[in-house]
Amino acid sequence: MSAWLRQHRQALGLAARRLGALNALVIGVALALPAGGYAVLENLRGVAGRFALDTQISLFLQPGAKRAEAEALGKALRADRRIAKVRFVPREEALKELSTVQGLPEVIAALGHNPLPDVFVVTAVATGRGEEVERLSSDLAKLPGVAHVQADAAWARRLAALASIGRLAIWLLSALLGTGLVAVTFNTIRLQILTQRAEIELAKLIGATDAFIRRPFYYLGLLQGVGGGLVALGIVWIGLGLLNREVRLLAESYGSGFRFGFLGAGDAVAVVLFAGLLGLLGAQLSVSRHLREIEPA
Amino acid sequence: MVSFSAVAKRYPGGQEALKSVSFAIEPGELAFVTGRSGAGKSTLLKLIPAIERPTAGSVIVNGQNVGALKRSALPYLRRNIGVVFQDQKLLYDRSVFDNVMLPLAFSGHPPREAARRARAALDKVGLLSREKSNPIQLSGGEQQRLAIARAVVNRPAVLIGDEPTANLDAESAALILEVFVGFNQVGVTVLIATHDQRLIERYGKRVLRLEGGTIA
Repeated sequence: MSAWLRQHRQALGLAARRLGALNALVIGVALALPAGGYAVLENLRGVAGRFALDTQISLFLQPGAKRAEAEALGKALRADRRIAKVRFVPREEALKELSTVQGLPEVIAALGHNPLPDVFVVTAVATGRGEEVERLSSDLAKLPGVAHVQADAAWARRLAALASIGRLAIWLLSALLGTGLVAVTFNTIRLQILTQRAEIELAKLIGATDAFIRRPFYYLGLLQGVGGGLVALGIVWIGLGLLNREVRLLAESYGSGFRFGFLGAGDAVAVVLFAGLLGLLGAQLSVSRHLREIEPA
Repeated sequence: MVSFSAVAKRYPGGQEALKSVSFAIEPGELAFVTGRSGAGKSTLLKLIPAIERPTAGSVIVNGQNVGALKRSALPYLRRNIGVVFQDQKLLYDRSVFDNVMLPLAFSGHPPREAARRARAALDKVGLLSREKSNPIQLSGGEQQRLAIARAVVNRPAVLIGDEPTANLDAESAALILEVFVGFNQVGVTVLIATHDQRLIERYGKRVLRLEGGTIA
């Protein structure tokens, strides 16, 4: 057991000494693209998701609708099971609210009459599903006396849908660059095997097992992948930091404290593990392909 | 210890290196294999650690039919057979000491024990003072002795030398032979391929003369 552990430690040490910083950098740059894209999209999805769950719908009635009509409509709305809360905002109240905004009282006075319609602010029962709010608002638009329906969540849902498409793109990119990672490792290990050809041939001649010969190459692939994963995380971290400088200014001008957050701990670990496993896979493919070619005679 | 019975070896392409070779070497014996260039000396030696496999007949080493061994069993066979290759196969990217350490790395010795054994092997061939040198800095005879040290560091039961004195002056050659004889005296079975008639005569040991693919 201790001999086995020692051999693994030696193989790991050997691999660590052969590890090229440049290879890890190449892999890191390649992985930074999908990892960074994923981080940005996760942030956008978070924001869009918050708005998309907003279940408020505004119903604007026909201008000049009678109060009795409004009351009938209100009754119908309260009877709807999909609606949790109904608030009626009469046009007089809306006008009063508007008059508190600076500069507007003069404009309103110049109009001579109240141009605002009555409004129902309806809160749908929260189901967590955006489509239901969508369906409800289209149903409400058909009610008599309703001139216009506005669901604020619509644009947010569209953003969320865009983000989902973006996520799909990120997955495709990950698959592509993951394949690239395997290929880079495959080639690195191939070159390493070629430079050590004499040593490998000799080792086979004087009693090294295949496992012993393969081990340092497996570790090399694994370390290279893990190193690349860490480099990718570093690049994403620096990149988001630079982005946030500009984002902070923009967000503050909208009175928002929004910042791009770094990948979650789980995601970060997953990036490194994924890179390590792909490196190992590349090494495995390369070793099984190229070590067979070195057969002493 | 090593016995061949009706061994034939034909290389792919039809070249017949050995037709029918039979002999047996007792444990602790020292024997020479001789014959002209191309007589099949190297082929015969390569059959013992199963670097080549016979096309007919059987090669028995230490009770095992090595021609029939599975690939996965070969490393363990080879650890018990020290080989001094014709081209030595020294690694020039590391020190003399590390060259001798190589076989110990994969037999799993603890580092301290391995270093002790490597120094003992270097001491026996008279190279202990050169352990930090690179093999390229050694003379031809010293390189050959280094190859021997690496072959014996795992304390094999059988030691094989393929033309170990080729390209050496008479004095160095005699020194190399002395090293082989020294290991034979402590019980190692030794088999040396050579075409150097003077050396063979000096020791008066058994000689296997290869001619036309068989032992003459």
